[in-house]
Amino acid sequence: MSEDQPYDLSRFKATYFEECAELLAAAEETIARLQLGEGDLEDLNAVFRCVHSIKGGAGAFAFEDLVRFAHVFETSMDALRSGRVALTPHVADLLVRGTDTLGDFVRAAQEEVALPADHGADVTAALERILIEEPEPPSAVPVPSGAAPVVNAPILWNIRLLPAAGLLLTGNDPQLLFRELAALGEIEVVADLSRLPGLTEINPRDTYLSWTISLITDRERAEIEEVFEFVAGDTADVLITQIGLDVDGEGEGWGLFLPLSEPAPDPAPAPVAAVPSVPVLPAPAVARADPHPPLSAPIRSGTNASTGASVGGSGGSGIHTASIRVDLDRIDRLVNMVGELVITQAMLGQQTTGFSVESHPELIQGLQELSHHTRELQESVMAIRAQPVKALFSRAPRLVRDLSLKLGKQARLVMSGENTEVDKTVIEQLSDPLTHLIRNSLDHGLEPPEERLAAGKPAEGTIHLGAAHRSGRIIIEISDDGRGINRKRVFDKAVERGLIDRTAQLSDEQIDQLIFAPGFSTADQVSDVSGRGVGMDVVRKNIQDVGGRVVVQNTPGLGARFVLSLPLTLAVMDGMLVAVGGERYVLPLTNIVESLRPTPQQTRTLVNVGDVLTLRGDYIRLVRLYELFGIKGAITDPTRALAVVVETEGGDRIGLLVDELLGQQQVVIKSLDSNFHPVEGVSAATILGDGRVALILDAGALRIMGERLSHDATVAAE
Amino acid sequence: MSESSVSESSIRQFISFTIGDEEYGVDIMAIREIKGWTASTELPNTPAYIRGVINLRGAIVPILDLRARFGRGVTATSPRHVIIVVAVGSRVAGILVDAVADILAVSADEIQPPPQIERSDIGFLTGLVTVDGRMVALLDLDHVFAFDDLDLTDGVAAA
Amino acid sequence: MGKCVLAVDDSKTMRDMVSFTLRGAGYTVLEAENGVAALRTIQGQKVDVIITDVNMPEMDGITLVRKLRGLPAHAGTPILILTTESEQAKKDAGRSAGATGWIVKPFSPEKLLQIVAKVCP
Repeated sequence: MSEDQPYDLSRFKATYFEECAELLAAAEETIARLQLGEGDLEDLNAVFRCVHSIKGGAGAFAFEDLVRFAHVFETSMDALRSGRVALTPHVADLLVRGTDTLGDFVRAAQEEVALPADHGADVTAALERILIEEPEPPSAVPVPSGAAPVVNAPILWNIRLLPAAGLLLTGNDPQLLFRELAALGEIEVVADLSRLPGLTEINPRDTYLSWTISLITDRERAEIEEVFEFVAGDTADVLITQIGLDVDGEGEGWGLFLPLSEPAPDPAPAPVAAVPSVPVLPAPAVARADPHPPLSAPIRSGTNASTGASVGGSGGSGIHTASIRVDLDRIDRLVNMVGELVITQAMLGQQTTGFSVESHPELIQGLQELSHHTRELQESVMAIRAQPVKALFSRAPRLVRDLSLKLGKQARLVMSGENTEVDKTVIEQLSDPLTHLIRNSLDHGLEPPEERLAAGKPAEGTIHLGAAHRSGRIIIEISDDGRGINRKRVFDKAVERGLIDRTAQLSDEQIDQLIFAPGFSTADQVSDVSGRGVGMDVVRKNIQDVGGRVVVQNTPGLGARFVLSLPLTLAVMDGMLVAVGGERYVLPLTNIVESLRPTPQQTRTLVNVGDVLTLRGDYIRLVRLYELFGIKGAITDPTRALAVVVETEGGDRIGLLVDELLGQQQVVIKSLDSNFHPVEGVSAATILGDGRVALILDAGALRIMGERLSHDATVAAE
Repeated sequence: MSESSVSESSIRQFISFTIGDEEYGVDIMAIREIKGWTASTELPNTPAYIRGVINLRGAIVPILDLRARFGRGVTATSPRHVIIVVAVGSRVAGILVDAVADILAVSADEIQPPPQIERSDIGFLTGLVTVDGRMVALLDLDHVFAFDDLDLTDGVAAA
Repeated sequence: MGKCVLAVDDSKTMRDMVSFTLRGAGYTVLEAENGVAALRTIQGQKVDVIITDVNMPEMDGITLVRKLRGLPAHAGTPILILTTESEQAKKDAGRSAGATGWIVKPFSPEKLLQIVAKVCP
């Protein structure tokens, strides 16, 4: 801790920006709901609080641009939640832009860069405009005239009034001055009695009091000075100080409602007969009615019944549960420890396989309980990292709206399963691919309205975004009811790009998967919406990076559906232990379709392809793992070995030849790269029950290696 | 490690070990632990001097056969062989050697630059030191573990 | 023995700042992220000063002040509300709910210490 700067608050900046990111995301999500007409008053309160909190912290760090914009935004949100301004679609859109701009200012503050002076000026102007222009909602009670809609940000002024003796002789009653001030805004008056003489010395014609007045007003300084026009100078000293945001810590900035230890400026003992009722003025403005009378909020019907319109926003949403904030590193450490525990538990299980329940009942039962508890602990730990995909989906409504406008298409977004939970890292990794797939659906999938009508479809297309848990994985689907993928065009394009031969015989499904080939684009011209730079190959790569796969299901004329299948967590997976020669490998269970011992009739060698396995009329490439990895002592005769049918990301199948299956087991995924290099055909490593390392196989890479090997062999043979 | 460190007279400690008749030294600061040989899991399609990976308290650690790295053939391992676990940058790796020999305290000015003679290991040395009449070659771990010049990911780009 | 302050704010940044400042000056600081959590926190706790934000989910600061004043144990505990310039109406609401004083955000650490010392000498 630095001694010379004990109160250096800059150390809280990291927390602040972290908080800002959360607040912005929350605001964005809530506004998306408001846009759909599903929001309620509590949502408006929530957005207000987000903006308010961002502003609060920004003030503490003196991020002035951020404070200024947040203040305008906050004022508008306040008007919205109090019902003074109706939430029209236009206003909802404005809130989206406001959140974006707020995000710009936060980032600028974080990166310590200056935005152009006019950054966000249009949004600022628009936000201010709704406060003036927006007609009052029909149900609105007229705003009291004294509190005209606020345009300038109200500023706190501190006014010291030190009347010269004989002020009253000038006909200036301080009380009248205070009333005038109260007309400008809200005032609070504190009397100073220190000059009050003893009883016998009082001159009834003199005033012995001075006052400190706090005034909050949006008016100009000149208007305040005008109030004191006739007293300033000769009859009183008037000191007007601005205590707004622009003033640093010199301002008062705080106060007490009830003076505590100081002598109370009680009006009762005041013997100043000549100055009736002066000593302490309960400022008239302070007691005035709340300028924002409660209204029933002019928001479209929400599911939540809390339309009580309490300005304080105390309506409990019921969603917030007690929570703490934990550093991600700590959770990762916990995840690792649990991983070790899983291994230890597997090891104990293996060491005790020879023990029977009869001979060691307590041991066996204890081990079973250990296994049970380990799995439960592991699931609980994983749940800490899990987040609802909602965070991922929350950008979609906006994306769909913006893009459909841009592309002149009509689109409706339907979402389901937003509460499905998935590992935080997976969510982070999915953001870009998902955005790309949605763009792709809008750009290439959905037809323009006229084309849809001509095809007998409604003018408005539908994009469905859904998430669900399925057999230990999370499935995310993006589907549309557009034109689907034009297979002929895809085929021609692939030929043109040299990806396939014109004479290639491909099934419909194989053609559909070609869109994931590197550098593929089916748009007739490259649009600026999708198709530039990032291709579907990058989408697939991103998904594969988190252990997922993506397939497309295409119904030409009726639409396309992209299905993403992802592991729930990155740290543990179910695997099948296989043996080849003296080595053991782990195959991800999700890749395995079936396993079989090929009959002589099932194995064939095709020209230009190599060894294949015929399975129910299909040819599947036979990939010999011992050959790819150079393993000695393996079974080389396919009819004596086992073929594991493995499905890769693209939906391709290979028959992976191994010696035998050793059994299914849960494995903790360990990176090879952290101390070494990636190894082709291997996605990671794990530690088995006996403490030995086993490599986890990468099915997609094995398919590619297999193809390359047989291609090389074919070339060599020619 | 250049001339400047040679001129300093600070004492450095080395662990020395043998490969065949040769004795090598590694700065004690780089050593994490020394353990007996345990069977490793082979990594496919890697050079012969990569002896695979072992489990070191939950971490996957690659093992490098120093004899093979110097081009003198792959070590025929026995339980008496030793793995010296070292930290190289942020990575942890093991080197397979025949036996641990000694702990040496060497003053920096005793270290001689490697001689310009034909020796298969010459590129992996930072210097030589003579202790009790024995010649100990000091290892340049960064260079020994310079995996980056290996093309281990060959073929992935062809996907 | 250090005085105990309860800092109530839904913003972690604000809570951290208040805690850091006060702890540095020898206060014990309890934290709560909204009114409900604050009420839970003070159960069975002796708190010398309560500093609360106004805008919070679950239970706002004004409601918290009102509830605290209804509790015999905290009828006399000094309560400071954190407001901003634009929240003067809140200041009044705080006053009528029974708050002791207010602090305008943003505030300097020195200012915070000054007022806390004032209400809790």
